[in-house]
Amino acid sequence: MLDTFRAYGGTVTDSPLFDGYGPVAGHDEMYGPSGVRGLYRTLYAAFATMSPEEVRQRADGLASSYLEQGITFGVAGEERPFPLDIVPRIIEAEAWDHVEAGVKQRVKALEAFLADAYGAGELFRDGVVPRETVVTSHHYHRVVAGIEPSNGVRIHVAGIDLIRDGEGEFRVLEDNARVPSGVSYVMTNRRAMSGGLPEVFADHRIRPVAQYPHRLLRSLRAAAPAGVADPTVVVLTPGVYNSAYFEHTLLARTMGVELVEGRDLVCHGGRVMMRTTEGLAPVHVIYRRIDDEFLDPLAFRADSVLGVPGLINAARAGNVTIANAVGNGVADDKLLYTYVPDLIRYYLGEEPILRNVDTWRCGDPDQLEEVLDRLDELVLKPVDGSGGKGIVIGPSASREELDDLRRRLVAAPRDWIAQPVISLSTVPTLVEGGIRPRHVDLRPFAVNDGEDVWVLPGGLTRVALPEGELIVNSSRGGGSKDTWVLARPTEPLDAEPELDPMTTTQTMAPVSVPSEEA
Amino acid sequence: MLSRIAESLFWIGRYLERADDTARLLDVQMQVLVEDPATDELSSCRQLFAVMGIEEYAGVPNRWTMLDLLAYDATSPSSIAAVIGSMREAARSAREVLSTDVWSAINTTWQGVPAVTSMRPVEMFNWVRRRTAMIAGTADDSMPRDQGWYFYVLGRSIERTDMTARLLSTAASAGGTGIAWPNTLRACGGYESFLRTYRGIETDSAAAEYLLLDRWFPRSLVSSLTEAERALQRLDITGRRAGFRDEALRLLGRARTEIEYRPLGEILETMPFEMERLQRVCAAANDAITSRYFAQEDWHTWRGRVSL
Repeated sequence: MLDTFRAYGGTVTDSPLFDGYGPVAGHDEMYGPSGVRGLYRTLYAAFATMSPEEVRQRADGLASSYLEQGITFGVAGEERPFPLDIVPRIIEAEAWDHVEAGVKQRVKALEAFLADAYGAGELFRDGVVPRETVVTSHHYHRVVAGIEPSNGVRIHVAGIDLIRDGEGEFRVLEDNARVPSGVSYVMTNRRAMSGGLPEVFADHRIRPVAQYPHRLLRSLRAAAPAGVADPTVVVLTPGVYNSAYFEHTLLARTMGVELVEGRDLVCHGGRVMMRTTEGLAPVHVIYRRIDDEFLDPLAFRADSVLGVPGLINAARAGNVTIANAVGNGVADDKLLYTYVPDLIRYYLGEEPILRNVDTWRCGDPDQLEEVLDRLDELVLKPVDGSGGKGIVIGPSASREELDDLRRRLVAAPRDWIAQPVISLSTVPTLVEGGIRPRHVDLRPFAVNDGEDVWVLPGGLTRVALPEGELIVNSSRGGGSKDTWVLARPTEPLDAEPELDPMTTTQTMAPVSVPSEEA
Repeated sequence: MLSRIAESLFWIGRYLERADDTARLLDVQMQVLVEDPATDELSSCRQLFAVMGIEEYAGVPNRWTMLDLLAYDATSPSSIAAVIGSMREAARSAREVLSTDVWSAINTTWQGVPAVTSMRPVEMFNWVRRRTAMIAGTADDSMPRDQGWYFYVLGRSIERTDMTARLLSTAASAGGTGIAWPNTLRACGGYESFLRTYRGIETDSAAAEYLLLDRWFPRSLVSSLTEAERALQRLDITGRRAGFRDEALRLLGRARTEIEYRPLGEILETMPFEMERLQRVCAAANDAITSRYFAQEDWHTWRGRVSL
């Protein structure tokens, strides 16, 4: 093993860290058929020259700095430091171009779909998707039909979950058009890694991620109700006990806007206002991190105390923009997922750039039959689940679990889809015994400001720490990795458009005035 | 600024000061117990419990139960451990307006609590005072002087008034032993400056005067009341030239003048009574601030001010 590394890695010493790395079944992003891939050589060489103690020390440093800063994740009511692996994941510029184009295309198609599904319904007439598929989704909310977003955007932020299959091809695993979370860790991971691994960091040209809050704020301001020149944007959180509370505070802080809870807002005469020490102040755009069902007790769950009574009415009156739009969950529905390639062809007239994972629709009697036959070799997913909840992996399920699954499947086939077991790609990850291959996925984040869909270079890489584990999710003990998208040698790294100075009053950033001589 | 956030900042100020002052108060009490074996431990601890508002206590008041109730036991709401926990909760819900430095100073303090509760009392008191000084210093260096700052300062100075009143009560009732007042001065960090001010003349009444009335010493009652009044004036946007709209300002201003412009002898004669009255003023001011700025029960009276 080490011989191979030495042959292809150049200046490599015998490092016990990589003992037992490979040969890897499936696609390993560092170790290819002929040794360490060029993309990872610098990184590999840097780690191989460090002693295991030093690598551990640096990893401990990352964890303790996260704990100190309160960069934590709520697991069953307990705060834990968000796990960040010391080994970054690297994606080359060309591969990223492909991902970026694919994510943009996907978001555009989903926007068109939502506008159509809650509007004219042409896709039903043209037979692209059966109407029942949409209206039977638990996330279809008739109450918002006819609410037209002022700049046409419903998916202000999207998280498109990707995996790389056995051949290394990026495939779409699911779409998140409701309230995708995790972007705060992309930003904090980057900051932490530049401190934890400075030499390696400096040897790569990495596309920055710090501009995300600017992009988000710009898209939220662009979505303001018509006629509001200087909108007040707020972030709406369920409160400190929410597992993503850290993210809500980070986004509010870095955008320079208020972080509000439901009880801070009141609706009056179709307008939304927040209670301040100087009385009520109007609110125009709400970046909400509360699920639809809890948003407005008048429209949804009457027992919700997290939301704001009258919010949906205010949105209907066109006085406030709710981002992401209410009802977007139909686009996340895993049954709809199976139609997304058709939606791309139908609305955009293009072939999908990123392929789906092969999927059986259990609601279709023929496909259900095949799924029931092969239950022990497939992965079964509830159509409206997220965070890995309710997923059954056939090959590792017990007889009883499969029998139970079979009963539930027959009782409510619409609620399930099935997929083959995919061997997710692996990347080097620090675990107990050293650096080992572990399965990863990737959630790139896309921000839509109505003119263009912008994709954050990188996104959140989640890694499953137990050997062979295929579900990568923070709520199931997964870790994360800083994801480095490399820039081309000639590409400037700070090519960030400034916010229009006329519309930045809320950010409270001093607007620099160029001097006449300059 | 959001009312909820303003309230959190106000309470961060209160809890920060409470943790600090509780450590100072316990420090004095422990030293009195150690240095003067003649002290009646039972009655002096019972006295301290009463001063700290612990009216009913099933066990025997002694130095160990005192340390548990007021320092170590996180389930006792008056303990330093619990107060630091509450401070951190308040900081968490105002996370987005705190600078990262202030937040991590508070967060690491809270994370340090479990380790500290196994320290010896004196070490723990020192630790608490160092940590609170660090949080206060970081806040002073990094928080902009906006409304939020003044709510924080208001919380701190009201708590400091309240706790200094308790400290003075304790010292006064332990008076006559000759060690309570010097220790109280030391606990306030003002022993040396007191000696300089009074040219080494150490009397109980001079010490009381210094802690009650000195306009230059930042922990004196008059100083902390003045600080609270200033913060309230900065927060009042109505800009009145005469009279007052603010009930809290009226309460605190009147309490201050009553102390500041009365002969010292009169106050000293009825010290515990005066100090208790001051604590009631602090509680009433707290309620007035809450209903004006935080609860906004009368929000509809403000509707005319909202420009839509």
